[in-house]
Order: sequence, then structure tokens, then C-alpha cells
Amino acid sequence: MRTRLGVAAGRVAGSLSRVTGRGAGATISGRVINVVAPGALAELGAGRHIALVSATNGKTTTTCLLTAALTTNGRRVATNSTGANLTSGIAPTLAAAGDADTAVLEVDERVLPRVVDPLAVELLVLGNLSRDQLDRYGEVHLLADAWRRVAETHPRLGIVANASDPHVVWAASPAQVTWVALGLGWRLDAASCPACGELLDWADDRFRCPSCGFAQPETPNRLEGDTLVLDDQRAPLRLAVPGQWNVANAALAVTAAVEHFSVPLAEAARAVGSVTTVAGRYMQVPLGDGRTARVLLAKNPAGWSEVLRFLAGIDTAVVIAVNARVADGKDPSWLWDVPYELLRGHAAAAAGERCLDVAVRLRYAEVDHVVEPDPLAAARALPGDTVHLVCSYTQFSALYRHFGDGPA
Amino acid sequence: MSGRDSTLRVGLIYPELLGTYGDRGNAVVLVKRAQWRGIPAELVEVTAGEPIPDSLDLYLLGGGEDDPQHLAAAGLRASRHAIERAVGDGAVLLAVCAGLQLVGDHYVAADGTVIEGLGLLDLSTRAGPARLIGELVVDPEPPLPRLTGFENHWGRTTLGPGLAPLGRVVAGRGDGDGRDTDGVLADRMVGSYLHGPVLPRNPAFADQLLAWALNVDPTSLAPLDAEPEERLRAERLQAGTARGARRWWHERRLTRG
Repeated sequence: MRTRLGVAAGRVAGSLSRVTGRGAGATISGRVINVVAPGALAELGAGRHIALVSATNGKTTTTCLLTAALTTNGRRVATNSTGANLTSGIAPTLAAAGDADTAVLEVDERVLPRVVDPLAVELLVLGNLSRDQLDRYGEVHLLADAWRRVAETHPRLGIVANASDPHVVWAASPAQVTWVALGLGWRLDAASCPACGELLDWADDRFRCPSCGFAQPETPNRLEGDTLVLDDQRAPLRLAVPGQWNVANAALAVTAAVEHFSVPLAEAARAVGSVTTVAGRYMQVPLGDGRTARVLLAKNPAGWSEVLRFLAGIDTAVVIAVNARVADGKDPSWLWDVPYELLRGHAAAAAGERCLDVAVRLRYAEVDHVVEPDPLAAARALPGDTVHLVCSYTQFSALYRHFGDGPA
Repeated sequence: MSGRDSTLRVGLIYPELLGTYGDRGNAVVLVKRAQWRGIPAELVEVTAGEPIPDSLDLYLLGGGEDDPQHLAAAGLRASRHAIERAVGDGAVLLAVCAGLQLVGDHYVAADGTVIEGLGLLDLSTRAGPARLIGELVVDPEPPLPRLTGFENHWGRTTLGPGLAPLGRVVAGRGDGDGRDTDGVLADRMVGSYLHGPVLPRNPAFADQLLAWALNVDPTSLAPLDAEPEERLRAERLQAGTARGARRWWHERRLTRG
């Protein structure tokens, strides 16, 4: 009864949030549900197969790709497709889940340990951990330790995890893990051993601790370029969403679909290839001058490094739109960890509420640029047929609210 | 450049251990501000596990997490003589956050572990009960102008009796030991809690470090376009001091009950 009351009250709050234009409604309605009915998560999750997806980067996309792979296989899947990934975003998703037999839920890295028990989760899908919002989240190893306590206290929990990320391996190892080696482009947060603190040896893209023996787990499952290898099967991952980082996201999602939910590999690989936009990521927004700009989300150095590798290889103008609100992290010093030098020769703009930080960074990267706080005005100021608008989280959210397809 | 050779060598020490808060930017700024003036300069990255050479003109130590700080301390102690030789020979040292703690005598972590530092400067640090996070504004002695940065640390640093701080804290916490000062300034060695990173936000400070390393007066360095940095400085100083004013008002209310 309390849960029904809470859900009803939450719906009212959510619609108010939407009609007053303050948000997509998921988070506020979830907060109301959680206050009115603290036991709601357990009740709403009961009777469904629940998988949680978490990572520093790629959790929303991986969630969407896994949902596609399961839906194509005939499951009725509920998912938090707007990226509302705190407990307050999960509750309304389940409240609206109807007869869904399965829920694929993106969950914030810090929230994950709190929801595994209430939701009776059967699968964790773990991608990567790297520095993000240091003023809020603290240091990376604290997150890895919190995840590891979940694995230690739930030895029968199923986990599908990236074997190439030392923090993820440390966190997942105590449980029943299906590993897949996705490679790790960003290693600056993986220098020391999560188990003993010594310096890790990296050779041939594999890590090993010379002191305690902690090492990359052996697995036949791996990503080779665009091809996913699972045991003795191979499948090409041909995606509609851009970038090598998304091939890794897709490989993780397909591995989870095949290994845990028994979806045939070819079917899962085809399904992830049909996804074109993920909660506004990769969407095209009109600039009002006949051109469009493609929107990418990059909120930390690991994410940015992947995006830059993609942008450096194509002919495009680039708008870098950075805010430093609470949800972005209030310290944009990470701009100096990103090799913006790769953008030399591209038309570029510094935008967002912290456009002056971006401008100074681009000056020292010797990338010519204009400075314009409004990202759309900045995009219009740049020449060329193709413009990419790379946003930090709250810049992205503002664009998605304005142009996006709204909450599902 | 101590007459070693004609290229200014800017050393970024253990970037994978002491670079959690964008401190690489300090090295980039020093190299570019030299090169833009026609002074040959190069960035030398000393990765963890390598010995630190005594041939660098500037030594930059940044911030890091606990385990990496342990590793960095061990490496620095092993290269202690090289660093001492270089500093005695006129090299410049900028140590930020964990770097500041490591050039001191020791650091007592939250769990009581003691990390032995380099002992180059008579200062010591212990972890405090709360993490100090936010804009930090520091007034150094002239001719350096007001400095802006961002702090994010547990450390409470206390200077020995013979040492002077880098400056007085105008907003934020700095050393956090109750004296409203930040860091240390001793000859050509500078320590601070100013991340941000500090040099892109404070180009005059960068030029002072360059001038020390080149053995010239900072006013003799050719002027560079200062507009982008000045706009950023103005914005950040305003953000920092607005926060400082709020804190002052809050504390005043608390003292008055």
C-alpha cells in the first residue's frame, strides 16, 4: 500500500517537474517514492530478473545496448533510458515497468553497493573505473574497494566484467565472474596495484603486479579490433554509434547477453548494431543555419581521450562545452589531463560556463579557437559542414532537454 | 639553466602517481611560455620506477592518491641526492599538495600510517578530519600577485620555525592548520595546495619560476599576450572571494551565537 501511495505521489511530482520544465521528472518522482515508501525498491523489483550496469564511462550506452540485445531475444525489458541512475531514478523505472520480466538498470558507481540487496540483483555488468568528479567521488580506489565488498558478501552474484581494468578486476574477483578483455586506453589511474599498492607492470596491454601476483585474469573472451571473440565464437560488431569506445561498450553488453541471458551471439551483435542514439548521445541538433551538430558527452579525461582519438581522425569543427556544476564536478582541472593538442588544425570553440578554462587550455595546446559561452552560438561561429559538440554532463543535459526525445 | 646546456628542461616527476588533479598543466605552461619567447625548452617526464636525474632545471611534483603517494615517496627518497644536488645548483622546485607533503619531513595518513618524505624542507603534515575542497585564493609577498587555485586534500601542514609560507589565505583553507596560510616559499623551492592547475591561472607566478630557473629578472622576460589568462583569473578570483566572504559571514554568525 505504501509503495502504491509512494508511486502515485512520485508520478504527480514527476509530471510537475516536466510541465514546469525543471527536469525530465524521473529523479524528483523517485525522491518522493523513496521518502513515502522506503521499501519500494524491494517491492518494485520483486519477480524480475535484474541486471545492473555500472562504470565511470559508458554505462548509459552499455545499458541501452544490453537492453536492445535482450529485447530482440523476446524479453520484456524495463530500463532507465534517460540516464537517471541514482536510487531516485531506478524506482520510477520499476514502477512503470508493468509486465516486464527483466530490468536492465544503469546505476551510479557510488549507488551500486546500496541497491544490490534491495533489488535482489542477479547480474552486475562492470565496465571501467577512472578519475571523475574528484571533488564529489573522491579517489578511484575507494570506489573499487566499495564494489569489492559487494562481491565479497555476494559470492554467488553473477558478474560480467572488463578484464583489462585493474580496478574492475580487483572489485569483481571475489564473485562468479565472466571476464572479457576490452583493452584500456586510459591508464593514468591504473598505475598502482589495487591489491597491494605496488607499481603495476604493463606489457602487451596486460597488467601484472610484480609484488603480489595480482594480474589480468586469463580469458579467451576478448575484443580484437571490431570483432568480439567469446570462447570459440566470433562476431563482428558493426555499430551505428561512433567511436572505438562504443565498440568496447557493445562488446561488454553482448558478452552479458550471451553468457548470462543465453542470447545467441550473432543475434545480440546484430541488435546492438541497430542502436543509433542513446538518451541524446550522438543526436544531431539543428544550428538554425541549415547545418546540424552532432552531440557527444565527455565528462572526464578517460572519456575525452577516446573522443579525441575519434575526432582527430575526421574532418570536423569541434565545440568544447564545459560546465563545472555539482553534477559535472566543480573542478575542471582534468582539462589539463586531456591531449587537446590532437585538435590542432581543426576549427575549435571554447564554450560552456567554464569556457575561460577551456580557452586557456586550448591556448597552451596551440589550438586556434573562438570563445563563446553558448554552445550553439559557438557551433554557428565555426566553419565547415560537420560540427561536433562535445559537452560536459550538465551542458549535455540542457541540450537533451531542449532537443531530445524526452523521457520514454 | 646552471650552464648545463642551452635547453630549459622542465621535469614532470611521476605524472602517473602525482598527477591526479591536472598538474601536468604546470609543466605545459612553463614549456610553452619559454618557447613562445624563443627560449628552447622541453618537457621531461620522469615515470615511476625511473631514477630522477639531477640535470633538470625545474622539478614539478603534483597531487596524488594515497597508494601512489606511498610509491612516489619511496622513489623520491631513492633519488634524494640527485634532487638535493640540482636544487643546490639552482634548479627550481614546485611541489603541489601531495608534492608539498613529500618534500617535507613526513605525512601521517588518516589510518595512522606515516609516510616519510624527502626532508628537503622542515614541514610536516597530518590528515585532518575533513577533506578541504574548493576555490583557494592566496596573497603572497610582492611582487607576486594574488594567486588563484582549487584545493582538494586531507592534509594539515605545519611549517617549522625557520620557514615562511607562500602566502596568506584570502579564501579557502590552504595549510588548514589554523594559521590561514598556504604552502611554503624557501629560496627556489615553492610548495602549495593550489591546484587548478596553478600556473595556467597565474602566469606571473609561472614567469617567476622561469626567471629563477633562467637566472634572470622576471621583468626581463618578453611580455606575452595575457588576455585569456587574465579573464580566467578575474573570474576565478571573484568566485573564490565570493566564497570567502560567505565563509566569513557564516563564521561570524557562529561566534556571535
